[in-house]
Amino acid sequence: MENNLLSLIIFAPLAGAVINWFVGRRLRDERFIGVVACGSVAVSAIVAFYLAFMSGGALRSETPVLDHIWTWLQVGTLHADFGLAMDRLSGTYALFITFVGFLIHLFAVGYMHGEEGFYRFFAFLNLFMFSMLTLVLGDNFVLMFVGWEGVGLCSYLLIGYYFDKKEAGDAAKKAFITNRIGDWGFVLGIMLTFFVTGSVSFFANPGAGEAAHTALSFFKNTPVEPFTAGAIVAGGATSIAVLLFIGAAGKSAQIPLYVWLPDAMAGPTPVSALIHAATMVTAGVYMIVRCSEIFVHAPTAMFIVAVIGAATALFAATIGLAQNDIKKVLAYSTISQLGYMFLACGMGAFIAAIFHVITHAFFKALLFLGSGSVIHGIQNEQDMRRMGGLRKYMPITWITMIAGWLAISGFPLFAGFFSKDEILWKTWSAPAFSMPSTGFSKFLWFIAALTAFLTAVYMTRMMVMTFWGGERFRETDESKHQEPDHHHGPVTPHESPWLMTVPLIVLAVLSTIGGFIGVPYAMSSVFTHQDVNVLEHTLEPVVASIPVATHGEPAAAAPAEGAHERAFVPAEEVAHLTHSPEEISAERWLALVSVLIGLAGIGIGWVIFQKRPLMQMPRILENKYYVDEIYDATLINPIESGSREGLWKIFDIGVLDGILHGLGDAVTELGRLARYLQAGFVRAYAAIILVGALILIGLFAWMGYPNP
Amino acid sequence: MEPQLSWYLALSAILFTIGVTGVIIKRNIIAMFMCIELMLNAVNLTFVAFASFFQDVTGQLFVFIVMTVAAAEAAVGLGIIIAIFRNRETLDVDEASILKL
Repeated sequence: MENNLLSLIIFAPLAGAVINWFVGRRLRDERFIGVVACGSVAVSAIVAFYLAFMSGGALRSETPVLDHIWTWLQVGTLHADFGLAMDRLSGTYALFITFVGFLIHLFAVGYMHGEEGFYRFFAFLNLFMFSMLTLVLGDNFVLMFVGWEGVGLCSYLLIGYYFDKKEAGDAAKKAFITNRIGDWGFVLGIMLTFFVTGSVSFFANPGAGEAAHTALSFFKNTPVEPFTAGAIVAGGATSIAVLLFIGAAGKSAQIPLYVWLPDAMAGPTPVSALIHAATMVTAGVYMIVRCSEIFVHAPTAMFIVAVIGAATALFAATIGLAQNDIKKVLAYSTISQLGYMFLACGMGAFIAAIFHVITHAFFKALLFLGSGSVIHGIQNEQDMRRMGGLRKYMPITWITMIAGWLAISGFPLFAGFFSKDEILWKTWSAPAFSMPSTGFSKFLWFIAALTAFLTAVYMTRMMVMTFWGGERFRETDESKHQEPDHHHGPVTPHESPWLMTVPLIVLAVLSTIGGFIGVPYAMSSVFTHQDVNVLEHTLEPVVASIPVATHGEPAAAAPAEGAHERAFVPAEEVAHLTHSPEEISAERWLALVSVLIGLAGIGIGWVIFQKRPLMQMPRILENKYYVDEIYDATLINPIESGSREGLWKIFDIGVLDGILHGLGDAVTELGRLARYLQAGFVRAYAAIILVGALILIGLFAWMGYPNP
Repeated sequence: MEPQLSWYLALSAILFTIGVTGVIIKRNIIAMFMCIELMLNAVNLTFVAFASFFQDVTGQLFVFIVMTVAAAEAAVGLGIIIAIFRNRETLDVDEASILKL
C-alpha cells in the first residue's frame, strides 16, 4: 500500500534540523528552538502512530506501507530506490523511536537550558532522528546503509558536542573509527548479498521493475547451510550473515568493538539516553532481525552471534559492577543488555530480541534521563562516590528511577522482567539448530542468568550509592577544587524542572507496564486461556523462524494463515497447539528461577552496598580488564608508530617528497648546465655554430650524401 | 688556361674560411660584421660559378635574393651596432655579454 505520509516521518525531523541550524542559530531563542525540535519529532510520532494503527496500517495488515520517493540508483541490475517501507518490524521500531525520541527531546530542552550551543545540539538531535528513521524505514540495504552512516555521523557530532574538551573530541573520534570497522563488514555484506541474490531490496515492489525475488526472499528457497566453520568463507548465506554481524557488532557495541560506547558518555546525557541506549545502538539488532531470513539459513553465523552476545553480556556486566561514574555504569549496562539481545538473535528468538529492545528503550532511556536529572541537580557531578542520600532532595527522580531499576533487574511484572525472561527461556529451550548441542544452550543460559544476577547487583549498587546512604556531595575534593570556585560552592541538590520530570514519569510508567505487550503464554495462561502475547503475534509474520518445529508445530504453518487475527481473537485451541503442557511448566519453573536470581541480586546488592557504599571493587574490573590499554598496546600504538615512522617518515618524506624534490633538483641542475650555452659571448655562439656546421659536413663526408 | 670551376670553388672556400675565422677571433663588431658580409659573398661566388657551369639561371637568382637579404641585414645590423655604441661607448662584443642594454 502506498502512502505518501510515510515520508513525513523522516522529513519532519530533517526540516526541524534545517530550521534550527539556519534560523535557530540567529534567533538564539531557546523556546523557539525547543518548540521546533520537539514539534518536528512529535509530528513524526503522530504520523508513525497513525500509519501503524489506522485501518490497513502497518501493524494491522500483512502488507507493508510503502512510499517510493524517488528512484535513486538504477545501474544495470542494481536497483535501489529512495523508498520507505513500514512493515510490522520497522513500524514497531518507528513507534518507539519517535515516541521515546520525543520524550528525550522534551527532557533535553530542560537539561540543555543555558547552553551556548543550544541550537546546534537540537539541530544534530533532529538530524539524528532523521537518520535513524531512514535506517529503520529504508526499504533496501543501500538506503538502510545511508541511515546507518547518518546515525554514525550524528553520534560523532553529539559525542563531540563539548568540542572544547579534548576528552569529548577523542571519544567522538573513537566512536567514529570503531564504527568504521563495523561498517566495513556491513558494506561487504551488502555487496555479497547483491552478488548472491541480485537484489538489495527488502520488499517486493513489482511496479518498479525489480527482480522477481528480493534480497531476503531469495533465501527462502535455498537450503540451510551446514553448521561448519568452512561455511563462513563459502560465500553464501553464512558469509553474508557474518559480515552483516560485523556491522551490527560495531554499531551495537559488541565484543570486540564495544570500546567506543563507554567513552561516548562524554556527550550530553540526553544524547546518551537517545543514541547510546534507546535507539542507535539497537540498530544492529534491527538489522539482524530484518535479515533473519538470511540468518536462519546460516547456523554457524547464528552460533557466532549467540556466543559473542553472551560473552559481551557477561563481560560488560562484570565491568559495570565496579564503575564509579554513574553514566559509565549505565553504559556498560547497555552493552550488557545489547549482548542479551544478540544472544536472543543467535538463538533464533528474534521476537524476544525485539521485545527486549523495546523494553530496554523504555527503562534504559529512563535510567539515563534519571542520571541526567541527578547530574543536573548536583551541578554536573557524575561520580557516585560524591552523591548519596539524594532521595530526599529529588523525590520524582528517585521514584521514577526505582521503576527503571526494578525493570532492568527483572523484578516481576516490570517491563524488563518479561523480555529478559523470554530471552532466558528461549535460550534454555533452543533446539540444537545453531548450537553444537543442546547442552551448549544450557551453558549459554547459565551465562545469561549469571549476567541477570550481576545486572541486579550493579544496578542496586548504583541506586544505593546515588539515593541512599550518607550525603557525600558536600565533601569538597581537595585535588579537584583548589581555587575557590563560586560555581562549586556548597551544593544543594534540587529537583529538576517539569520539562525533565514529565518524560521521566512517562518512561517510568512504560517501564512498569510496558512488558505487558509481550506476556508469554506460559504466564498469561495462569489467568486466562487467551494468548495475549500481542508483540509476538504482531511480529511473527515478518520474522523468519529457524526451520525446525519449535513449539511442537511445523514451522511452515506458523507465518501464513492469519497470525494477525490471532492477536485479537485468540482461539484457545491455537494456544494449546503452540504450547505443550510440559513446555509451559518448564517455562514457568524457569521464570521462577529468573525471578529468584533477580531478587537475590537486588537483595545481595542491597545488603552489601547499604553497609559499605564506597566498597573498593576489584581493580581489574574498575580498570575494565585493561582492554583499552591492550588495544592501545597491540593495535593503536603499532598503527600509530607504523604510520609515523614508516608511512610518514619513510614513505611520505622519503619516497613521495623524494620524487618531487628529485624532479625539482633535476630541472635545476639541467638549467645550471644549460646556462653555459647562454653565456652572452657572441663569438662563442659563432664558434658553436661553426662546430655544428663542421660536424654536419663531416657526417656527410663520412657517410656519403643520402640518395633521395 | 681556361678558368676551371674548381678555382672558383677554392676561392670561395678560402673567402668563407677567412670570414668564419674573422667572426670568431675578432672583437670589434664592425670587423665581425664585415666578415659576415665576406661569408655571404663567398657563397654568392659559389652560386654564380655553379650557375655558369650548369648553364642554369636559378643560381644567379639566388644571388640576388642573398644580396637583398644582406642589404636588409646590414641596415638592421648597423642600427644595432650604433645603439650598442651609444650605450657602451665601445665596439667590443665581449663587453655586450649580459643580453640587455
